[in-house]
Amino acid sequence: MTKSQKSITKEDVQYIASLSRIHLQGDEVERLTKDLEDILRYVHKLEKLDVRAVEATSHVLPLANVYREDEVRPSLAQAEVMKVAVMSHNGFLKVPKVIQ
Amino acid sequence: MNQPLGQKYETVIGLEVHLQLSTRTKIFCGCANVFGRDPNTQTCPVCLGLPGTLPVLNKMALEYALKIAMALNCQINPLIKFDRKNYYYPDLPKGYQISQYDKPVAYDGHVWMTTVDGQTRKINIKRAHLEEDAGKLIHDDRSNSSLVDYNRTGTPLVEIVSEPDLRSPQEVYDYLQALKLTLEYLHVSDCDMEKGSLRCDANVSIRGAGQKIFGTKTELKNMNSFKAVRTALEFEEKRQREVVSSGGRIIQETRLWSEEKGTTVTMRSKEEAHDYRYFPEPDLVPFDIDDALIEEVRRSIPELPRQKFERFVGEYGLSEYDARIIVADQHIAHFFEACTKLYVDTKKISNWLNGPLLQELNVRKMGFSDIKIKPEDFIAIIRKVDENVLSNLTAKETLKQVLDTGKDVAAVIRDAGLAQVSDSSALEGIVDELIREHQNVVGQIREGKASAIGFLVGQAMRKSQGKANPKMIGEIIQRKLSAKSDA
Amino acid sequence: MKLNELTAHELRDLIGEKKTSPQEVRDAVLARIRQTDGQVKAYVRLSSNAATQEPSGGCAMPVPIGIKDNICVTGEPTTCCSRILEGFKPPYDATVIQKLKESGAYLIGSTNMDEFAFGSSTENSCYGPTRNPWNKDCVPGGSSGGSAAAVASHEAIWALGSDTGGSIRQPASFCGVVGLKPTYGRVSRYGLIAFASSLDQIGPIAKDVEDCALLLGIIAGYDERDSTSADLPVPDYTKALVNDVKGLKVGIPKEYFVEGIDPQVREAINAAIDVLKKRGATFYEISLPHTEYATATYYIVATAEASSNLARYDGVQYGLRRQPVDTRKTPLIDMYEETRDAGFGSEAKRRIMLGTYSLSSGYYDDYYLKGLKVRTLIKQDFDKAFQKLDAIITPTAPTTAFKIGEKTDDPLSMYLSDIYTISANLSGIPAISIPCGFSKERMPIGLQILAKPFDEAMLFRIAYAYEQNTPWHKERTPL
Repeated sequence: MTKSQKSITKEDVQYIASLSRIHLQGDEVERLTKDLEDILRYVHKLEKLDVRAVEATSHVLPLANVYREDEVRPSLAQAEVMKVAVMSHNGFLKVPKVIQ
Repeated sequence: MNQPLGQKYETVIGLEVHLQLSTRTKIFCGCANVFGRDPNTQTCPVCLGLPGTLPVLNKMALEYALKIAMALNCQINPLIKFDRKNYYYPDLPKGYQISQYDKPVAYDGHVWMTTVDGQTRKINIKRAHLEEDAGKLIHDDRSNSSLVDYNRTGTPLVEIVSEPDLRSPQEVYDYLQALKLTLEYLHVSDCDMEKGSLRCDANVSIRGAGQKIFGTKTELKNMNSFKAVRTALEFEEKRQREVVSSGGRIIQETRLWSEEKGTTVTMRSKEEAHDYRYFPEPDLVPFDIDDALIEEVRRSIPELPRQKFERFVGEYGLSEYDARIIVADQHIAHFFEACTKLYVDTKKISNWLNGPLLQELNVRKMGFSDIKIKPEDFIAIIRKVDENVLSNLTAKETLKQVLDTGKDVAAVIRDAGLAQVSDSSALEGIVDELIREHQNVVGQIREGKASAIGFLVGQAMRKSQGKANPKMIGEIIQRKLSAKSDA
Repeated sequence: MKLNELTAHELRDLIGEKKTSPQEVRDAVLARIRQTDGQVKAYVRLSSNAATQEPSGGCAMPVPIGIKDNICVTGEPTTCCSRILEGFKPPYDATVIQKLKESGAYLIGSTNMDEFAFGSSTENSCYGPTRNPWNKDCVPGGSSGGSAAAVASHEAIWALGSDTGGSIRQPASFCGVVGLKPTYGRVSRYGLIAFASSLDQIGPIAKDVEDCALLLGIIAGYDERDSTSADLPVPDYTKALVNDVKGLKVGIPKEYFVEGIDPQVREAINAAIDVLKKRGATFYEISLPHTEYATATYYIVATAEASSNLARYDGVQYGLRRQPVDTRKTPLIDMYEETRDAGFGSEAKRRIMLGTYSLSSGYYDDYYLKGLKVRTLIKQDFDKAFQKLDAIITPTAPTTAFKIGEKTDDPLSMYLSDIYTISANLSGIPAISIPCGFSKERMPIGLQILAKPFDEAMLFRIAYAYEQNTPWHKERTPL
């Protein structure tokens, strides 16, 4: 049995939730564990394929070398940036204190 | 067990250097790449990572990275791509950093460096890759919050990762000097650690002398000058030795250097292990680094410090010591070469350059690029010494005044009356005075103590404020004293 | 016939002949929205200036358009129908919006969608579901269900949607309208709020093939702000609108007609094939052997990209921010986790979690990398088929529109409703869905045509010929 055939546990779900920065509440852990288990079971049909010699496709178009020249374009005014911001202070965005 | 600690353990250090590139614009958008502006004034929807926006690579950033790769003697990947490094931090507006994972710009290079005792060492470079810088966070205790400025977000960075080839904090210091010098010659970055355009993290471990496998490493961050890197590493090296000597174990962790406390402190332990979930950046296409591009970039690379050093020793007959000083600043090296076109005695140029001129700069606490003396003026001063118009002393005074006033050499000599006095009647007067004032010295000379003449010459220079022609004074003294004794 | 029931090309001609004015068309559409959108709920909001916008003189297509709520319009809320983007107003236009504004289009309003385009029914919207104009108990399909329903109910002359795994074509099929997913790279993605960057494309939803071709002509083209847009000229697609399919070679993949397909859908497709055969097209049964893996591959690749694309919604900069009262981890991490828990609906969480899992350390090779490799095999199936063919014809969806609530508790069965559309996204090729009949229950059935990369003209040619010889596009909803 390969690693991906193992079923997903509640601990896995908690770990992924933490990586995804989502605080799961109530029965969300149980529900997601079951949902992900179902989906992964379906996904395991890929096990039938031997892809060792197959190249990965991350771009479907054969594009390469798309650059821009090093030319300055106008930036947004600070006021525009602050208009989008949820919480700001003196031209900065404000967030809960980062503890190192 | 009685062995001193120093021989019992070997320190192993690898460095990650982050270099901000001095392109006009950011790496993936057209915002100006500038330092020190008001917060959030150099941003646009792309570098703010607003929904729906897309990155487009700045070609100059790639060319600068290729320049660096070539200067560090790296292999260049024929096809490079970008990847996303996923993690959450408020200075990272997209929740991922666009970086390079398995196809970096370059790998397998090396840097030559000179240690304090004059040895040459080769430090291997594991890889160099392009990525985007994050924004800046300011921690505000008063409001118990952190403030975010995204101006720096998207500044092009090249991360240069060394192999764990460094064996002492001093070696790290020397390596950084060598690396910085090469990068300065390329004109791809300010290389200013205080401004953060060059930053460095260190991976440090120790192992028993002769041991092959590496010990557990700690990652050291938050060092803001070359000296701080060295001091922090000295501290960390000592700390690890003490932990191991007392039977403890090193924990793999990130430690921050505290300049005020003079210690490294552990970062608050993370919620979870790093799992960056790298995957190919779908918003950017791959880049072929073909021969034409490599050739184009190669042509733009100037002579690098190491080649220049070798050429200066070979072509101009400089001592390695002198050549090293001159090459250590590309402006000095350039000035020196300009001087050699005007004056044939390169040794004399180097003596005057590394001596009086650099002393003047030290006194003024100025860099070579800050001063306005032209090679023509500098050589004019040396020539005046050759022509006995200036003594060494008045020549130094002339140099000082040229630097202060920006006037040309002839004007300085004329206006300050610095030209040597070679009028024999004036000089004879001075010698007569000296003979009267220093009868005992005169006696010594008459008794055959020739070196005492030097004393009188020195006194004559003092009396004339350095302007007397010392050769003529010597002759006059000899003539007068021998005439008297004959009488 | 009312103005809002006409097509864009008909309105353009009437306006040109001064028989009506852009303002009259605008007002007719707004009146229709007031009349029927309470039942359909195609729109989540009208543009701030919907009633006052004036066309600039001499514009090509001065007609009202519905915009899916994931395409950025300067100063207008753009939320992907997610609470997490509450209050977000982009300070920029998507490239397609710029092009539309230049063409004189009215942006009438933002259409409903599954949150971040995660869904096939438009039920996963924080604003509630859209109803199918043909039967209000049924879903309009998704995720561009609002756009498709707006066009079908004549609440818009035409609309923009986005298609990552079928999100234009499947709702077009369910609502009886024409929807096109262009070749990847044909239309700029700049300003389209990303779901899965390597699969997303913006495309037109229209009442007939001619409008679809006209709208693609307006929005297509290279964009220096999108590195993945193709630097190729945009042909005049209306030149492809000829009633002639003689000599064209069309494939019918046997893998698309197996278990799960509604017999009425199969019959309608077979009838459509007969129509085209009579017009001179030649049909071949072909095999696309990796078809059965497309859905699994898609849900790995798309969710992985989505998990990363949606990381930016963390409460720091814009949109929703929530802070719990008690500290759990640190104030900052608590803010992230509380914001994302409150801001994302359950399907978004499911996909973020699945994508994070398949990228995470220890699973990357078995899931994400494997997905990218199977993607290669699926693409190769099409490359091989198109060596000998001009087009491929399939059903757009295995069934007609299902009932609201029918699949909401079973994510997997919902995913399988995109089974025929996903492959075009994985291989980047263009595909169109056109109406090809109705079920006994009078629900529309859609025909999908696929072609080589950048050969949208072929899709229009076949679709137009079919449309000229069938009545389906003229049918009206009971609304």
